Amino acid sequence: MNIVVCIKQVPDTESVIKIAGDGKSIDTGDIKWVMNPYDEFGVEEALRIVKDQGGEVTVVGAGPARVVEALRTALAMGADKAVHIQDDDLYGADPIAVAKMLAKAIEPLSPDVVFFGQRAVDDDSGVVSSAVAEYLGMPQLSVITKLEIADGKVKGTRPIEGQTVVLEASLPAVISAQKGLNEPRYASLPGIMKAKKKPLETKTPADLGAERSDFIEIATLNPPPDRAPGKTVEGETAQELAANLAKLLKEEAKVI
Amino acid sequence: MDFEISENLRMMVDTVRRFVKQDLEPISQQVEDEDRIPEDVVQTMRELGLFGLATSEKYGGLEVGTLGECLVYEELSKVNACFRTRIGTNNGIGSQGVAIDGTEEQREKYLPLMASGEWIGCFALTEPEAGSDASNVQTTAELDGDTWVLNGRKHFITNGDIADCATVFALTDREKKARGGITAFVVEKTDPGYFVGTIERKMGMRGSHTCELIFDDCRIPKDRVIGGDAMIGHGFKTAMKTLDKGRLTMGASALGSAQKLLELSIDYAKQRVQFGKPIAEKQAIQFMLADMATQIYAARHMLYHAAWLRDTKGTSVIKEASMVKLFCTNMANKIADMAVQIHGGMGYMKDFPVERFYRDLRLTRIYEGTDEIQRVVIARNLLAEGK
Repeated sequence: MNIVVCIKQVPDTESVIKIAGDGKSIDTGDIKWVMNPYDEFGVEEALRIVKDQGGEVTVVGAGPARVVEALRTALAMGADKAVHIQDDDLYGADPIAVAKMLAKAIEPLSPDVVFFGQRAVDDDSGVVSSAVAEYLGMPQLSVITKLEIADGKVKGTRPIEGQTVVLEASLPAVISAQKGLNEPRYASLPGIMKAKKKPLETKTPADLGAERSDFIEIATLNPPPDRAPGKTVEGETAQELAANLAKLLKEEAKVI
Repeated sequence: MDFEISENLRMMVDTVRRFVKQDLEPISQQVEDEDRIPEDVVQTMRELGLFGLATSEKYGGLEVGTLGECLVYEELSKVNACFRTRIGTNNGIGSQGVAIDGTEEQREKYLPLMASGEWIGCFALTEPEAGSDASNVQTTAELDGDTWVLNGRKHFITNGDIADCATVFALTDREKKARGGITAFVVEKTDPGYFVGTIERKMGMRGSHTCELIFDDCRIPKDRVIGGDAMIGHGFKTAMKTLDKGRLTMGASALGSAQKLLELSIDYAKQRVQFGKPIAEKQAIQFMLADMATQIYAARHMLYHAAWLRDTKGTSVIKEASMVKLFCTNMANKIADMAVQIHGGMGYMKDFPVERFYRDLRLTRIYEGTDEIQRVVIARNLLAEGK
């Protein structure tokens, strides 16, 4: 089984996000970058499939030089090799433009399965996996929490409002992974030492024959509104306090 | 000067940080209450490679270097001291005797078992009459044909109750004592006459046990002398060399706990309201926080510098290691005191982790060489430098 996992490097969810001076991008100065958490499900699933059925796992990531760190994390988890599409200007680009580049890099690897996280936690667009499936002419099973691969076929389960839908397709196919698919392993310390020696290939968009074409661009980024200050419930007696609290919950907070 | 930490080490720190958050923080109180670490967590520690940080790659370890080891200890010590202690003997005093002075056969046999965490090693030097005066060991070893026969009692042995093998120091010449009369042995738990005695009742460090080891006509093969027959009588030097490195990692552990206490104190000071305002707005609290952060900054830089000296210059850091242990552990104890003060009554309650850190940290000024012994080492080196 030849498996490709596409990963995106995103700000750590604990990072404090500040909007940059241009109003369209984030200030990346103090940000700690990590592998998109949903992509970890893809890496883990790929490693499990290869352990059972044999094969090789290649991780692919696009963006500036720092993206190599996320690729190395995947190698430390156990992936066999990595391809880095280096483009310093790609972070925040149109997902379709990114998908085109990824498709160009993935095609020559002739994978049986291509994994993505169902979305990236930074821009939440969730478009890239579907676009890559389209460019590669592969079926896509999206937002999958359970997966079986056998006899050239893939069967995936997606949860929908208290129910599940089971999807089937023939390989090769694109899968986007949802939380619940598995428990991603740690990049162990021995794994980190081994990752140093694994092949990591760097390609430019020009090497891939990919031309950057953005259909959309970010117009503005708005910070979340400041949190409203707390309100002290007034009242002399317990009864008064409770009555005033109930009134606030009903009329202002509108939760009862 | 370059203070950049390598990508590899940063990745390792990330993994340990994540492990602490996901797997250790949620069970820290449970470990405290039950006085034991669940086996599945120990298994994850093995898989992560935490038992073989120091051991060379040749014997199945990771060889992450002194700085690497210190960074891992720092992270692990932000949650509960017992987790660091569990891996501590295999990376340090439990394996270093064999690693530094052992024969090739001994290294090949014991180091991979300890690096993987399959075996736990411990270090049995201390006795009721041999604490800081470590040369005063009373345990004896006599050669009887092809076997050594050990008799005596060790105490305060960290991980002694779970150890599969122990580095044991015994008198082989009563007259010579530390000057050629003490020999280091590897004793396995299955050796006849090896017994685990009382598990000591401690002030803190719950989840990690220290206990007595008793040797009652304990018979071990002749080839268990660390370093072979040529090392008979030279065990005290092995003990001193083993303890040297541990002093830096002990500093790292104190530093990690101090950093955590500062973070807990800042969080608490921001949310605790008295006289209508968060106590973080009071200058008395601000000054304590400022002093804590300043001390941590100083401690971190002396620790990293000493680790860097040892890793890159290959210089002996005996004096610096003692300075680091003395400064970092005292600093952490002062910070624990301030953290309790900032938390007020809550700081004295077992519902908050500061109370546990306060108790656990007290030991760091005592074990693996007391404050006073560190000062003796520093002064001895200072005075010798002038000669």
